[in-house]
Amino acid sequence: MCESCGCSGGIDHFHVSGSIVRPAASGEVKVMRSLLRENGHQAAHNRAHFDAVHVLAINLMSSPGAGKTSLLEATIRALGARLSIAVIEGDLETENDARRIRAAGAPAVQITTGNACHLDASMVHAALHQVDLSSIDVLFIENVGNLVCPAAFDLGQHHNVVLLSVTEGDDKPEKYPVMFRAADLMAITKVDLMTAVDDFDPALAKRHLRELANAAPVLELSARSGMGLGSWIDWIIDEAASRRRFRTAHHGTAHG
Amino acid sequence: MHELAICQALLRQVMEVAEERGTQRIGRITLRIGPLSGIEPELLKTAFPLVAAGTPSEGASIAIEDSPVRVRCQNCGSTSQTFTNRLLCGDCDSWRVKLVSGYEMLLVSVEFLDTQAVNRWERADV
Repeated sequence: MCESCGCSGGIDHFHVSGSIVRPAASGEVKVMRSLLRENGHQAAHNRAHFDAVHVLAINLMSSPGAGKTSLLEATIRALGARLSIAVIEGDLETENDARRIRAAGAPAVQITTGNACHLDASMVHAALHQVDLSSIDVLFIENVGNLVCPAAFDLGQHHNVVLLSVTEGDDKPEKYPVMFRAADLMAITKVDLMTAVDDFDPALAKRHLRELANAAPVLELSARSGMGLGSWIDWIIDEAASRRRFRTAHHGTAHG
Repeated sequence: MHELAICQALLRQVMEVAEERGTQRIGRITLRIGPLSGIEPELLKTAFPLVAAGTPSEGASIAIEDSPVRVRCQNCGSTSQTFTNRLLCGDCDSWRVKLVSGYEMLLVSVEFLDTQAVNRWERADV
């Protein structure tokens, strides 16, 4: 701390004979770059990896406990031999989710983030070294359960899927606009609990999403009962197929 | 609180620019942050001194330009200012709009202090 005036001693405070002056600035340089430029570069690099081997990459985000891991377990079982899946799991402390994914029949790489509240593109890149991308069709990245921080970081995914469970309230898109604006698909989960939760209105949740100028499809499903899972599985199959069409269209050119 | 991670990324960019200029001390860092960027300006300001300690950016001030949320309607073509969770056209209420501003997280400019001038001044102050 500066002893002259008790200020934090920053460079703005230079004391001459009791007055505060500031040395003339030698100049200001315009930069105009994204604060997350570095992450953006790494994300583009990840995406190029996925595209080179025609893997569909999906970033799964939600609050803690909205059912990301349960949805993945049900997805792995439902897709069976039709599509080959791998999962990158972001978790603060445990390997519990990765164990559940492996038990469901898909390879899983755990990123234990410690105190980090989100995944970033370089964490995903490091985890990719443990994934055999050439042997899979779809890579799910299960982000840290958090409706705020993960929204800011591009991981190189093709799509963001945001889950909203019926026990959370239908106004979540209104409360977390940054996250829900980023959704390429919103999945309303645990709809088997709707009878017990009488104040969740899926139409209202959808309206809140539209009020973020987001035209993303909205699916209602339950990983536990299997209700609505068909549309979700169809969406994944369609998206994975479009990646393969991408391969046919671009083979030998941009990604050859 | 991802603002700490954002600050670290910011610091690396400022250092890059400072190295290009051979500058030892940074005066002011100007950012433009829109409410839909997901960054809380106040948290960023709080976190910055923690990551800047011991670097040429130590003591630098952070100036934040805000960026209002504005949308352009694809229906009626008008542009209006609105709220983060109500990205609707102010004229016709349509949600078929494009975000024009309010999502930015930009490093706008970096102000360098004349190193020699600072050194001369500091010697005189002792």
